[in-house]
Amino acid sequence: MGSLSSERARLAGAGARATVAASLGGQPRRDVWLNAIFASLLLLAVMVALAALAALLIQAFVKGAPALSPDLFTNVPSTLNPDKAGFRPAILGSLQLIAGVILFVVPVGIGAAIYLEEYADSSRWWNRVVEVNIQNLAAVPSIIYGILGLAFIVRGPLDLGFILVSGSLTLALLVLPLVIIASREAIRAVPSSIREGSLALGATKWQTIRTQVLPASIPGIATGVILAVSRALGEAAPLLLVGATVFVTFDPTPFSEDGFSAMPVQIFQYFQRPQDEFQTLAAAGVIVMLVVLLAMNSFAIWLRNRYEQTW
Amino acid sequence: MNAKVKAGAVGDLPRRLQAPGPRYGEKVIHVLLALCGLLSVLTTTAIVISLIGPTIGFFEVVPGDEFFFGVDWTPQFEPPSFGVLAIVAGTLNVALWAMLFAIPVGLGAAIYLSEYATPRVRKTVKPVLEILAGIPTVAIGIFAVSFILPELIQPIWPGDLHGGAEKPFMAGAAALGIGLMVVPIIASISEDAMSAVPRGLREGAYAMGATKMKVATRVVFPAALSGIVASVVLAISRAVGETMIVLIAGGSQPNATLWFNEAIQAMTAYIGVTATGDIAAGSIDYKSVFAVGTVLFLMTLTMNLISIRLVRRFREVYE
Repeated sequence: MGSLSSERARLAGAGARATVAASLGGQPRRDVWLNAIFASLLLLAVMVALAALAALLIQAFVKGAPALSPDLFTNVPSTLNPDKAGFRPAILGSLQLIAGVILFVVPVGIGAAIYLEEYADSSRWWNRVVEVNIQNLAAVPSIIYGILGLAFIVRGPLDLGFILVSGSLTLALLVLPLVIIASREAIRAVPSSIREGSLALGATKWQTIRTQVLPASIPGIATGVILAVSRALGEAAPLLLVGATVFVTFDPTPFSEDGFSAMPVQIFQYFQRPQDEFQTLAAAGVIVMLVVLLAMNSFAIWLRNRYEQTW
Repeated sequence: MNAKVKAGAVGDLPRRLQAPGPRYGEKVIHVLLALCGLLSVLTTTAIVISLIGPTIGFFEVVPGDEFFFGVDWTPQFEPPSFGVLAIVAGTLNVALWAMLFAIPVGLGAAIYLSEYATPRVRKTVKPVLEILAGIPTVAIGIFAVSFILPELIQPIWPGDLHGGAEKPFMAGAAALGIGLMVVPIIASISEDAMSAVPRGLREGAYAMGATKMKVATRVVFPAALSGIVASVVLAISRAVGETMIVLIAGGSQPNATLWFNEAIQAMTAYIGVTATGDIAAGSIDYKSVFAVGTVLFLMTLTMNLISIRLVRRFREVYE
């Protein structure tokens, strides 16, 4: 049915075009040629981007495949013996870091988004400052957050020391703006008629938000949180500054002063070693990270497309 | 039930329609949510405070003209020299070549997706490009050293302009890696801006007999220009702020050059190698990290504000 009517539309379009071309002389030959060249250049641009992505994935898999084994997840790092070295402390470190990030950014990020969308009067200058400020924070270099972590969280006012929680807080501040921006968009997409209906039935503002606005915007918020968490998981630069560079051969704990490690930092450190075996190990680590991150990102994108509501 | 109804204009409502109590809970929630919003402002304040103190300490030791106009960055020498231009050049070098790659590819992809692609192609290609945005920069850095440099650059251009030995690090490899990283940023923001251009403008042009190319380049592109420029500015800001790729693939040689085939050190890479855990607080190295951080923060802040303003403009015009 659908294909028949679209076929009919296509035929009608072609007929109309032919009639116009016959009576008006059609488009100049040169323009038609230029258009074809332009279109192929654009296609080339897309192909370059896709080919680069494919090359990156293939290269990582080819290079890291020899070192892929279950031992990768259970062995601890070693400076001497690359065959027995693995990522166990780094994986545990990353998991704990991410748990901390989620605990922090979910309430605070959604809270800030609700405030900005539902409560803040955007004609007030301070609310506009908050808005621009968040947009800027989303694009502040991650290494600057590392400096913040070093000078403000590890030392300075909070003075937590080089512990895993410091790293977690640093990463949380880094991705907080992303969660706020995504949550705001999800909340904004809920039509105001839903809110008005709820208010008209006697619900208070908070009841309306809790029972109507938030449930309707959960898929968008979840997508934003997953993308933000995957960004935090892949981020290495700020962790270099807050202490994740120690040689860790034990299972890290949140408050231990002995140091902690994380996947991307461990990969970086293996890659810096001159021996080929360590480079292979680094590539294997990249595979593990890519699999986890691609799974998370695909899930987020699927979630967004699946539950995207048009009101 | 009716007694609980609350309406906007409370003043002239009959008593049974007014709220039964002052609803302190609602006010507490309002304050809590406002605090969440305030935290982002506190973050910026904390960044600025963190940077300022040690930066002032740095300039008590190192004269300003040496820092801002010197071209030798040799903190480890005796006596040390802190000419920030050497590492600013490293950053600009990488950002420049990254943009030469990312602007045509990103914009090409954006125009293709917004004007040429069928809905089905767009629905598959866009998420794949978004996946590119989610790849950790450590992985891109490793890709730059172990693929882009030996397989793409060195076969064409092994060392110096006139031949010469193969170099293990080149700014160009880091730049292509960063370019790859920012292609999705340019593509997705520009595509949003172009999709926001009303259909009527396009149809008007088609009715005048324009080809797709003319519509894309003479109608849609100018109409979406502020969003496109915003995406490019944001991408430059990201390129300037990227750490791991330049740290892994750029080499660690401060080098006041914009050449593609030289080893360099970017500002972010200097911070990344210097400020690792065991650095002594209060030493001149420690302070230099903050001075460089301040320069970096101001550079990216300027670009971010420009980009935010431009994005707001295209939103205002068409949405």
